[in-house]
Amino acid sequence: MGAYLLRRLGYMLVTLIVIATATFFLMKMLPGTPFNNDRLNEQQLANLNAKYGLDQPVAIQYLKYMSNLVQGDLGDSYKYVGRSVTEVISERIGPSALIGFQALVLGTLIGLVLGVTSALRHNSVLDYTSVTLAVLGMSIPSFVFAALLQYYVGLKWGLLPPALWKGYEYTILPTLALSVTVIATVARFIRTEMLDVISQDYVLTARAKGLNNGKVIIRHVLRNALIPVVTMLGPLAINIMTGTLVIEKIFSVPGLGEQFSLSVIVNDYSVIMGITLFYSFLFIFMVFLVDILYGLLDPRINLRGGKQKG
Amino acid sequence: MSMELEKNKNNVQLPQSVSTVSPRDTISDDLFVPEPVDSSLQEQISGPMKSVWQDAWQRLLKNKGAVLSMIMIVLITFLALVGPQMSGRTYDEQNLLFTNLPPKVAGLEWLGLDGRDNNGVDQYEKRGITENFWFGTDEFGRDLWTRVWKGTQISLLIASLAAILDLIIGVAYGGISAFYGGKLDNVMQRIIEVLVGIPNLIVIILFILILEPGIFSIVLAMIVTGWVSMARVVRGQILQIKAQEFVIASKALGASNSRLIVKHLLPNAIGPILVTIMFTIPSAIFFEAFLSFIGLGLQPPLASLGMLIQDGYVAMRYFSYKLVFPGIIISVLMISFNLLADGLRDALDPRMKK
Repeated sequence: MGAYLLRRLGYMLVTLIVIATATFFLMKMLPGTPFNNDRLNEQQLANLNAKYGLDQPVAIQYLKYMSNLVQGDLGDSYKYVGRSVTEVISERIGPSALIGFQALVLGTLIGLVLGVTSALRHNSVLDYTSVTLAVLGMSIPSFVFAALLQYYVGLKWGLLPPALWKGYEYTILPTLALSVTVIATVARFIRTEMLDVISQDYVLTARAKGLNNGKVIIRHVLRNALIPVVTMLGPLAINIMTGTLVIEKIFSVPGLGEQFSLSVIVNDYSVIMGITLFYSFLFIFMVFLVDILYGLLDPRINLRGGKQKG
Repeated sequence: MSMELEKNKNNVQLPQSVSTVSPRDTISDDLFVPEPVDSSLQEQISGPMKSVWQDAWQRLLKNKGAVLSMIMIVLITFLALVGPQMSGRTYDEQNLLFTNLPPKVAGLEWLGLDGRDNNGVDQYEKRGITENFWFGTDEFGRDLWTRVWKGTQISLLIASLAAILDLIIGVAYGGISAFYGGKLDNVMQRIIEVLVGIPNLIVIILFILILEPGIFSIVLAMIVTGWVSMARVVRGQILQIKAQEFVIASKALGASNSRLIVKHLLPNAIGPILVTIMFTIPSAIFFEAFLSFIGLGLQPPLASLGMLIQDGYVAMRYFSYKLVFPGIIISVLMISFNLLADGLRDALDPRMKK
């Protein structure tokens, strides 16, 4: 376990360094300077460059950037004078985290119910309906679905506020829009897993020894089918992060995703890079966590170097 | 052979009532005649020969969803190629006399394609326009029929380019890694493990930012990490096939490496490769649309499904038709590709054989 943990930790660190380095050099390759103002004269430009440390050699800048990064400092925003990227992110993270978390919980619960009914009533109308729903949910782009929700529920029927962020009811539509892919992914995954487990010999044994159906399903099938769902957390997290980028823009949620689209429009590169880095770190950490969790939950997984005989 | 059996059956006097007389008493051994055995027929294969592909194809045809998806994909691709030429207007031709016209199709008025706007006013009548715009027009008076199909064409082009490049890089990388194995494989796999950790969305956004926006830069950004999954699939397949007896036999007979790869390894790995491609295409379509939606996509007047959806979304409240058509097309395309990929995977998986 210890060696495995170390190995995973090592990969995580290497990936993080690769991403941070790539981000830094890509930013250096961007055309022009961050200060695209014609009214600036030579001296002012030089002062600005000196203030942000852009007059030093690239190697020094890189080292400084990396050491700042380790301390959680992502640099200063080029557009909001005097504000650091870390500040911008911490201000914006709340709404994103809230709707992301709600979507994850809601989506997993609905997906679980759909997937389990689907597997228990295999090849029935219920099964087909839920499979169709899952395919639709996975295929229709979240922003198309979000736009539809906003148009019908928000504007035409006026049931819920179509946009902005002034109270709890404002979180409902973005959460729903975000959870669609989660529902579809979880439902599909659970269905396949359960069908797989139901046909296992140990389920047959449980039935043969006279256990009633409900107990077989809860004690044997569901328990074993749920373990691999943990592995879905990584992809689901990235799904939700991708989703927040567009869905926050659609529903005007003052979160990270909306800040990102805003920064893209005004070319605030340091904030763009900061948010991308933040998202990658979050994602990589999530995958790391999932790997560890999976190893702990399923004793069949070999944690020592992954050299399993199969 | 069966004739013989018939004859024997007729000769046997079946007992009238089984319950009273034991069969042992009425059927004696001399009633049995040995079936003449023709040893040359034993090895004969009765059913018609079917190759793996014919077999898979037939299984695919039984899958209604996959067949429907194939038809939809062919239809949409056809319209994407022919559609932009049909109305006689180009995708970037502006005409301020024709701005924001709702869709109107002669004969399909009952479907709502009657040229009336949200207030029920027939804009065509009001402005005295005689020609019909099937998907309506945008705020610059550009014909949306042409733009939507042009956009579909570009989205499909981006997706197929990304898929083809993924295929080339992935097959080469995965193939080399698995075929030569050893230290090389080890190093190549470590590189992949680092790359897999990087979320592809992040890479795509970074690349789009430094490259000039355009079709090629979007494709490039998508393949930077896109090939990794293909490489993993190919490596897994090749490793598995490499250890099988027919490959060892071929090697023992002195087959060269290139012959082994071309004749034995790649043809046997092609199923999973095909399935991976089919899953790459919808995700590429999605990423293009996604990038366009957050403002990192192509530049106007070029059209793509994502840009049209973005334009349509902005005008959704008053001109919902601008969002409806590209929205439907992208959804149908994604559903079809996903279903077809699912169907292909099931059809090519021998474990699914009944």
